[in-house]
Amino acid sequence: MHGFANPKRFLSLANWLTPLLLGSGLLVSAGALFWGLFRVAPDRLMGETVRILFLHVPTAWLGMGGWSVIALSSLAFLVWRHPLAALAARAAAVPGFVFTVICLATGSIWGRPTWGTWWVWDGRLTSMLVLAFLYLAYIALAQAAEREGVSPRIPAIFGLLGAINIPIINRSVVWWNSLHQPPSITMGKSAIDAQFLVPLMVAVLGFSLLFGGVVLARMRALLADIQAEARLRRRAMEAA
Amino acid sequence: MSAWKPKHQRLVLVALALVALVGAGLLAAYALRNQASYFYLPEQMLSDPPAVGQAVRLGGMVEKGSLQTAPDGVTLTFAVTGNDGSRVPVRFSGIAPDLFIEGSGVVAEGRLGPDGTFVADTLLAKHDENYVPRELQEMDEHQAAKMAEETTVGIE
Repeated sequence: MHGFANPKRFLSLANWLTPLLLGSGLLVSAGALFWGLFRVAPDRLMGETVRILFLHVPTAWLGMGGWSVIALSSLAFLVWRHPLAALAARAAAVPGFVFTVICLATGSIWGRPTWGTWWVWDGRLTSMLVLAFLYLAYIALAQAAEREGVSPRIPAIFGLLGAINIPIINRSVVWWNSLHQPPSITMGKSAIDAQFLVPLMVAVLGFSLLFGGVVLARMRALLADIQAEARLRRRAMEAA
Repeated sequence: MSAWKPKHQRLVLVALALVALVGAGLLAAYALRNQASYFYLPEQMLSDPPAVGQAVRLGGMVEKGSLQTAPDGVTLTFAVTGNDGSRVPVRFSGIAPDLFIEGSGVVAEGRLGPDGTFVADTLLAKHDENYVPRELQEMDEHQAAKMAEETTVGIE
């Protein structure tokens, strides 16, 4: 594991893994969405509206997964001081935010015909909205820390603090009465019929591959930025 | 302590901070457990009723056989039941969502009247965690129809 903290070794791995993850992710998620949108039968109560499940659930999980990546990378950065871990946390923030926003938007569109409302302030919806705001704050903080030359430990501490929201989102429908339904998929059990569950799991796999590909691509871009800046600085020193 | 490597010191420090953070979060969530609930269950509304006229939400199941439409055509009356058999009668005037049916979950926004009837301004349908294709649910009807067809052959 420590071996990959070396940027050169990381790049030699990421250079071929990035297009592989992005390509397979696009293929798998496009296939799963086609399957879910056109091939699956309508639900007994919700009818065609159930199809939004195949976008809503993977994006919800990855929205939470993105912050888990930020928290774990921040932990690795604070304890072991791996500079690559700080890059991984920064790289996961934007895709995590995008997935969270897609989850909120699709949930709202599903809620109007199903519940009869676009939005309610129940535990699940509110904690997910808080996650979107946490992402925005983290992105702003990480950019400011870089631009102002402040220690990257500050966004890392914020990334760890924000992780407390993840178990709250997960448990919100269990602890409190909420309009959002309780979890359908719990340890080894599922209240979702196999006809919906299989394409859903394929969609989760596809979106996860996409997420991994985007994080690696962004890490490479951030590394290239740092190298270009170092080169410019060296050239300026030589010229002076 | 001084024999420890700096990275081990940091690991212990971060671990302690995480334990404190998770503890604080759990305590906050525990303290919020009633206030952050989105609605009253019928048993909560009966045992600890909100003030008459105060805006609250009531959530539970629509009791089977209790849904009636008043002669004016837009007023619905039904009963909401909880987990232990307690029930609260509800009156609502307006358009109910598509998923609002007997035996299904509902969240009603409104206020408790002086006679113990909950007067709702808005009805929200609550979906449960089950997702079942329509065809599987209709399987029994299909089988019944097929059975009826087969058993009536030659009766003419």
